[in-house]
Amino acid sequence: MPGTFQLNVNGSRATVKCDGNTPLLYVLRNDLALNGPLFGCGLGQCGACTVLINGKPTRSCVTPIRSVGRLAIVTLDGLANNGTPNSLQRAFIEAQAAQCGYCTNGMIMTAKALLDREKSPTEAAIKRALAGNLCRCGSHNRIVQAVRRASVQS
Amino acid sequence: MSAADATDVVRNAGKITRRRFCLGLGAIVATFSLAPTIGRAQVVEGQPPISFAKTKRLEGWIAVAEDNSVTVYTGKAELGQGILTALAQIAAEEMDVGLEQIRMVSASTAHSPDEGYTFGSQSIEQSGSALRAAGAYARSLLVAAAADQLKADATTLTVEHGVVGASDGRRVTYGEIVRDSPALLKRDVSHVVRPKRADAHSIVGKSVPRIDLPDKVMGRGVFLQDMRLPRMVFGRVVRPPSPGATLEAIDERRVRAMPGVVAVVRISSFLGLVAEREEQAIAAANALRASARWTPSGVRLPDESRLPQALKSFASDDAVIKETGQRPAAGAVAQWVEATYSRPYLSHASIGPSCAVASFSDGRLTVWSHTQGVFPLRNDMAAALGLPQQNVDVIHVQAAGCYGHNGADDAAFDVALLARAVPGRPVKLQWMRQDEFAWSPIAPAMLMQAKAGLSADGKIIDWSYELWSNTHATRPGQHGGINLLGAWYLGQGHHVSPPLKIPQPFGNGDRNAVPLYDFPRQRIVHHLLTEMPLRTGSLRTLGGHGNIYAIECFMDEVALAAGADPVAFRLAHLPDPRGRAVLQAAADAAGWKPGASSDGRRGRGVAYARYKNISAYVAVVVDIEVDRASGKISLTRAVAAVDVGQVINPDGVLSQSEGGVVQGLSWALKERMRFDRQAVTSVDWSGYPIMTFDEVPAIEVVIVDRPGAPCLGAGEATVGPASAALANAVANAIGKRVRDLPLSPERIKELL
Repeated sequence: MPGTFQLNVNGSRATVKCDGNTPLLYVLRNDLALNGPLFGCGLGQCGACTVLINGKPTRSCVTPIRSVGRLAIVTLDGLANNGTPNSLQRAFIEAQAAQCGYCTNGMIMTAKALLDREKSPTEAAIKRALAGNLCRCGSHNRIVQAVRRASVQS
Repeated sequence: MSAADATDVVRNAGKITRRRFCLGLGAIVATFSLAPTIGRAQVVEGQPPISFAKTKRLEGWIAVAEDNSVTVYTGKAELGQGILTALAQIAAEEMDVGLEQIRMVSASTAHSPDEGYTFGSQSIEQSGSALRAAGAYARSLLVAAAADQLKADATTLTVEHGVVGASDGRRVTYGEIVRDSPALLKRDVSHVVRPKRADAHSIVGKSVPRIDLPDKVMGRGVFLQDMRLPRMVFGRVVRPPSPGATLEAIDERRVRAMPGVVAVVRISSFLGLVAEREEQAIAAANALRASARWTPSGVRLPDESRLPQALKSFASDDAVIKETGQRPAAGAVAQWVEATYSRPYLSHASIGPSCAVASFSDGRLTVWSHTQGVFPLRNDMAAALGLPQQNVDVIHVQAAGCYGHNGADDAAFDVALLARAVPGRPVKLQWMRQDEFAWSPIAPAMLMQAKAGLSADGKIIDWSYELWSNTHATRPGQHGGINLLGAWYLGQGHHVSPPLKIPQPFGNGDRNAVPLYDFPRQRIVHHLLTEMPLRTGSLRTLGGHGNIYAIECFMDEVALAAGADPVAFRLAHLPDPRGRAVLQAAADAAGWKPGASSDGRRGRGVAYARYKNISAYVAVVVDIEVDRASGKISLTRAVAAVDVGQVINPDGVLSQSEGGVVQGLSWALKERMRFDRQAVTSVDWSGYPIMTFDEVPAIEVVIVDRPGAPCLGAGEATVGPASAALANAVANAIGKRVRDLPLSPERIKELL
């Protein structure tokens, strides 16, 4: 059913008209021109589309827009402070923790939720948190190091 | 330039201006003189760089702007391997400018040099050599002009950050020089100016951060997926239920009436559509799929459970690729060892399904693609569309890592067909996950059969090796076909190219089939399968992976038969000092203990290869533990030693080597394309699992640096040895060997 939806994205209000079953991912990317979440599988299997909804890492590719309401959505695009990278973004750059960078959004957003709830997670806890996020370039160990680095810095 | 910037440019212009899209702000439009293709060959010191043959003009490679920035053009594409950073380092080094002054412009038929494909770990070798020579030449011209202007002896001038200084403190910038002499760098390129010696390098050989990562980490819109053009619509394609099926009927009227649908595009058996919104395109594609009636082609896929045997039954074109030495006299061979290995079909399994954007108007087509070869893709697309080549442009924009010939080219052609149906409206297409798994080319399954004769003193004196594989090369631009999926369904008789024989040492399925060891008698046979029930193509290393896996596993099996330690046995047969060095370095770093026996649970394995027999040297040691109850393997540690010749960016080499290790381990441990007798059934990540965070071991990479030596490329070399070392570690742990990949718990448990 087509409808009008008021969203709270990265601290701003946005109004979107679309079918209520539309996955949040397409609204963020196509209506709001956000670049962080990316389409990887459309099945909630890979994590490339991860955003935070009320602080919880959520697969936006399988989240219908009508289910979101006014909950606070945060995307990778909203992490920086006036163009200054946040601690995770900085750590990913310092650790050179990406090759193609396509999974990076999901890694950073999932790690952000982890660090928001656990200040200094162990390596095992980081790996557990990221276990559902796929990386094909083989940057896994660098990603774990980047999250550790961010946890130490923040 | 980011796709987001590009969008701004396009917005500002109010229409698609392809030169501005590609070049961005303040860049100089380059012109080219094209020359006939020359064959593929290694760059030889003293010879002109191979890429100069097609791009003979200096301004085709390097342009200096008045603001003292330097635009560097490369025909190679950033695939996530960090190539633009390494090439920027090379150019900055030779020109004595800062890395931050360099702006890279990569693969585009409109603006970049034609450097063919970005594949085979050859970009540093090819584009790097060209930019090294072009940079040195440009610097010499700029310094000579500065000497004139400053009335000083050129040899007394110094250059730093593109500022030429005289001993008395007077200075002139590169930018000022080209402002006064705009034609200075517009001339034929030359390789006569000697580039810097390795010991004079200050940027090359140093780890520098990737120039593309900040934008990716910040979500600044660098991906092709992030391109948003005015009036853009969204496309989707509907593939048949099985390859080669013929489309009989669709309910076009019903789908046309769905919300947002702009066009249904049916050309013979090619089916797709365009809609205003992406989710509308997906919904309409689902409806279109449900309404379509197809007649299957009648092609039966092989029985997956008997795949190795099936490969041997395919029609093949057989060639002896190496035969040397005499058969040892009867009695000289004290012991024969034989084994047969196989690997299944593999997927590139890119994290992002293939994507493309196209715009068609006034008979001109522009396609933005993450292809590895903009020129060959342009040429095949133009042929299939019946457009003159000069009316088609292909511009590379980054997307997810591809690791070879994935769906990028096919998606580009799909979107071209859709865009042609809606002139004036740019179309973006991203394949769905199942499109990428089921319809992009997959890496061939391979069967390898080896036999070795050991002398009484434990040396291999006879070696026979045969391999069976479909072609690993079906890219656009290849002779004898149009290698674009969509083209085969247009009813115009287009078909895939015939299997390609690629001469050694590059090889096709026979890449790395010739052993690197000193065996007095060798006979190597390549059975190039000519029957291709599943569409195959290039995945990282081509046949190198299967052959290195088989040869290095077999070396362990023969060493065991000879009662020798695997490292010592290899060294006893390995004459190449650089090969010996990496093997020793990996063994040392891993703490290899000769003759160490397993407790039945823990295992350690080693493998060695020189990629393509002419490129990087790699040795890998892998440690594992096996859970005897379940047959499950845990990887505890991987150590790799790599010699890639002169290193441009050490951290880049580490990153590529680590990634190659992970991919090699993942292929061997888990990966296998599944299919039934009609179609591929691995269509999502649950049907094609890859290694996850909790499975990746600690990885150490040791670089054996060779300053001043030719660059050998780093992108692919660790993959094959990683798979082989893992298989050897498993055999070491359980005392028995699984020879068919992947090393699944079921197969291991069966042996326990």
